[in-house]
Amino acid sequence: MSISLCVIVNGNEHHLDVAPHHTLLDALREELGLTGTKRGCEVGDCGACTVLLNGKAVNSCLVLAAETEGAEVVTIEGVAGREGLHPLQEAFIREGAVQCGFCTPGMILSALALLRENPRPSDAEVRQALSGNLCRCTGYAKIVQAVLDASDASLVPGFGRPEGLRPSR
Amino acid sequence: MKSFVNVNPKSLDEAVAVLDRARAQGKKAALAGGGSDLLGMLKDHLVQPDLVVNLKSISGLEGVHREGERVRIGALTTLDEIARHPLLVERYAALAQAAGLAASPQIRNVGTLGGNVNQRPWCHYFRQGFPCFKNGGKMCYAVAGENQFHALFGGGPAFIVHPSDTAPALVALEAEFKVMGPSGAKIIPAEKYFILPREDVLRENVLGENEILAEVILPAAPSGLRSTYLKIRDRQAWDHAIVSIGAALEWEGGRCRKARLVLGGVAPIPWRVPNAERLLEGKSLGEALARQVAEAALAGAQPLAKNGYKVPLAKATVRRAVLSLLPAA
Ligand SMILES: Cc1cc2nc3c(=O)[nH]c(=O)nc-3n(C[C@@H](O)[C@@H](O)[C@H](O)COP(=O)(O)OP(=O)(O)OC[C@H]3O[C@@H](n4cnc5c(N)ncnc54)[C@H](O)[C@@H]3O)c2cc1C
Ligand code: FES
Ligand code: FES
Repeated sequence: MSISLCVIVNGNEHHLDVAPHHTLLDALREELGLTGTKRGCEVGDCGACTVLLNGKAVNSCLVLAAETEGAEVVTIEGVAGREGLHPLQEAFIREGAVQCGFCTPGMILSALALLRENPRPSDAEVRQALSGNLCRCTGYAKIVQAVLDASDASLVPGFGRPEGLRPSR
Repeated sequence: MKSFVNVNPKSLDEAVAVLDRARAQGKKAALAGGGSDLLGMLKDHLVQPDLVVNLKSISGLEGVHREGERVRIGALTTLDEIARHPLLVERYAALAQAAGLAASPQIRNVGTLGGNVNQRPWCHYFRQGFPCFKNGGKMCYAVAGENQFHALFGGGPAFIVHPSDTAPALVALEAEFKVMGPSGAKIIPAEKYFILPREDVLRENVLGENEILAEVILPAAPSGLRSTYLKIRDRQAWDHAIVSIGAALEWEGGRCRKARLVLGGVAPIPWRVPNAERLLEGKSLGEALARQVAEAALAGAQPLAKNGYKVPLAKATVRRAVLSLLPAA
């Protein structure tokens, strides 16, 4: 038996048929082909599957797709705008915060959730916000630095929200 | 994961009726709050329900509400909301701190208070599907196995520790749980909610198969009340407590009028230590008394082969917690 739902993903409405036991991660990757969201541990440990669900960072591997009717989801594919990469993405590249890249989409979404709520976080606040995301390559220092860099960038006047993203509240 | 039928009840009564009907038909039903614990259990085939009842479809089960001097917290309120709620941060610090120290930011965004207190044990033998007592088997593998994270108190036949961070805080704050069942609502003190394995090895609390935790009620916070939750873990995020304490002290004229000290991570239930509480009552607090309180709190601990390190760790945690609650001069 499948369940029909309507979910807004990266600003676009999608009608999906999902099995009752499928997770939001399954739906994003298998139904919508949005493979930027990574499948890591599948049990909430690694954060590679992090997306924004109604503005909040969540592990999509621990959310049943069937329970997301009407929800707004942002994945890594929705972070860049028409004008180009998001300042967070630019900062990750500039700082060398990406090695194998597997953790990067989740890191960016956790960081995005933080910056929307707290545009000027401290080092400790960045580390706290990323504490549910594991990186096996970088040693975190450059990731934290990238988020701090981007926090300054987002204060530059004229920096717009990427297409399709609404403020979380 | 085995598939199941998804049920979206619109009210608590409807949800209870679904549970009751499932039971009558010999079907298994599981409740889902945020699902952060349940999904892991489903994926590992530790539970294989026929129905998953989505509590998020019921309106009115979330939020922090003031009612006179008391505070009601809906079972579906997320840990993140509890951790940040100004009233809780100010008057019931132990609960706000416990919620903020649980799991990871992502899990606190979906994880609910009801799910937190009702989560199943995180003993690795249980979670990896060993045929242990908690999985319906006939032994506790921790007894002769890797028992670094197991119980110092109240163990047997299973030696799990209760994994919830909010539970010790709620017991310390003398919270009450409102439980809905087929015959309506009943109120259970938090302290009476949790049960030892020797009472029923398959459960961690008194909740029946057709009952739902609807709400947590915090009593009035007297002006001299100060509380805190301290948590020791291997890593600064997503780790359950190795040891923790929910502590609530009521001060009057520089003396402790009433003390509630509840340890986490050391027993299959939030573990109250009345002998240590009594040492504090009627006294003013200093370093020497704090040490005595810590000794008393751990008196009678029965470490297994590999968890003896928890004893000094817990003593230091108790001492630090009570000293942090000294009344404002
Ligand atoms: C990686 C990881 C790290 C974690 N770390 C911690 C930690 O440090 N501290 C901690 O305390 N927890 C931790 N947890 C457990 C985490 O799942 C809980 O903190 C969370 O609060 C559970 O809430 P939920 O709503 O998601 O629960 P769910 O998964 O929805 O439910 C958990 C259980 O409670 C039952 N239940 C849910 N709501 C109700 C209700 N209203 N009435 C009756 N039964 C109900 C469900 O049937 C299920 O058996 C961790 C989990 C993970 C995956
Ligand atoms: S894949 Fe979801 S947390 Fe690891
Ligand atoms: S870059 Fe490889 S896991 Fe983070």
